[in-house]
Amino acid sequence: MTHAAHRLPTRVRRLIGVPRLLLMATLALFLVGCAQSGPPLVWKLNTSVAGHLPDLQFRLTDDANQVVTAKNYLGKVVVLYFGYTHCPDVCPLTLTHLHMMMQKLGPLAKDARILFVSVDPARDTPAVMHAYVTAFGTHMVGLTGTESEIRAMAKRYRVAFNRGPSNGHGGYEVNHSSAIYIFGVKGKVKLLATPADSVPDITHDMRQLIQQEIAP
Amino acid sequence: MTARRFMLATAIACLAAAPAATWAVTPAVKTSITVTHAWVRLLPLDLPAGGYAVIINNSATPARLTGASSPAYRSVMLHQSTQSGGMSRMHMVKQLVIPPHGRVQLAPGSYHLMLTHATHTIAVGDKVPVTLHFADGKTLTVDFAVRPANAH
Repeated sequence: MTHAAHRLPTRVRRLIGVPRLLLMATLALFLVGCAQSGPPLVWKLNTSVAGHLPDLQFRLTDDANQVVTAKNYLGKVVVLYFGYTHCPDVCPLTLTHLHMMMQKLGPLAKDARILFVSVDPARDTPAVMHAYVTAFGTHMVGLTGTESEIRAMAKRYRVAFNRGPSNGHGGYEVNHSSAIYIFGVKGKVKLLATPADSVPDITHDMRQLIQQEIAP
Repeated sequence: MTARRFMLATAIACLAAAPAATWAVTPAVKTSITVTHAWVRLLPLDLPAGGYAVIINNSATPARLTGASSPAYRSVMLHQSTQSGGMSRMHMVKQLVIPPHGRVQLAPGSYHLMLTHATHTIAVGDKVPVTLHFADGKTLTVDFAVRPANAH
């Protein structure tokens, strides 16, 4: 066969080569298709942030008063939410929903961490953050820092926040971005949720992401 | 707030109101208002707490809630949380209208009471009295059940 092919004119040999290339390309595509077994994954949350936001990176102080960076959470699916402890309504509601999600994840919850970053570092000391996050559940970390550390973190994730006027009782509110960012185990942003997303939807995507990111 | 936005918010609040059998109903004494599902989300360290309830107007005229007070807290404010343009905001509400034979829900993420500076130690399981003030001068005192931070 080889000898016969060698005896053919070059032009004919080239013509035989074309279908062979096509066959190899088809085979390669087929093999790639097989590697992704089953139908493509369907996500309930917004996946358009993937590749459009920087990787998880920060240097802040956790609620155990330890300096931590994003490296401390490598290997975990990270849920990042910004808020403040003097927020009596939306922040507790969101953290409650995230706590419910973690409960529904069951054993998979050990592979996830909720990072609650304060946009009110003047009042939110590590001790205050600790009391706050532990009131909601486990696998939840409160992060705070200096004003400039928080500003850098917020800027990185396009999180806006601004301090409102005094409420007349010695306090003030902080308007803040309500985005909930979800990162994969290597710190790549994967999903965007909002407080309006339902607990079943967030749970669905978190389960799927943990299963995708962490091989059983 | 424009009238249209207010009506929309009220409609959403009404739709969100869901009855539950386990909640005690406070009978109206001096007003034609009934309050159910009254609870406070207790947060640690005397941080501001959210107060929630379903307020039902049994009369043929609109009821206007103008504020609230409690011996258990130095300050109680009527607030509304809003979400717009990806931002969470909270602002004071001067008056909340409960339509005739209608209801408004003070609910997480919407209208709520902000209770600050407890006058004594408050624990989960306690009941704290909250007096609702209406524009016609009438008041109604309701016991709010104290629930944990992650109550839902």
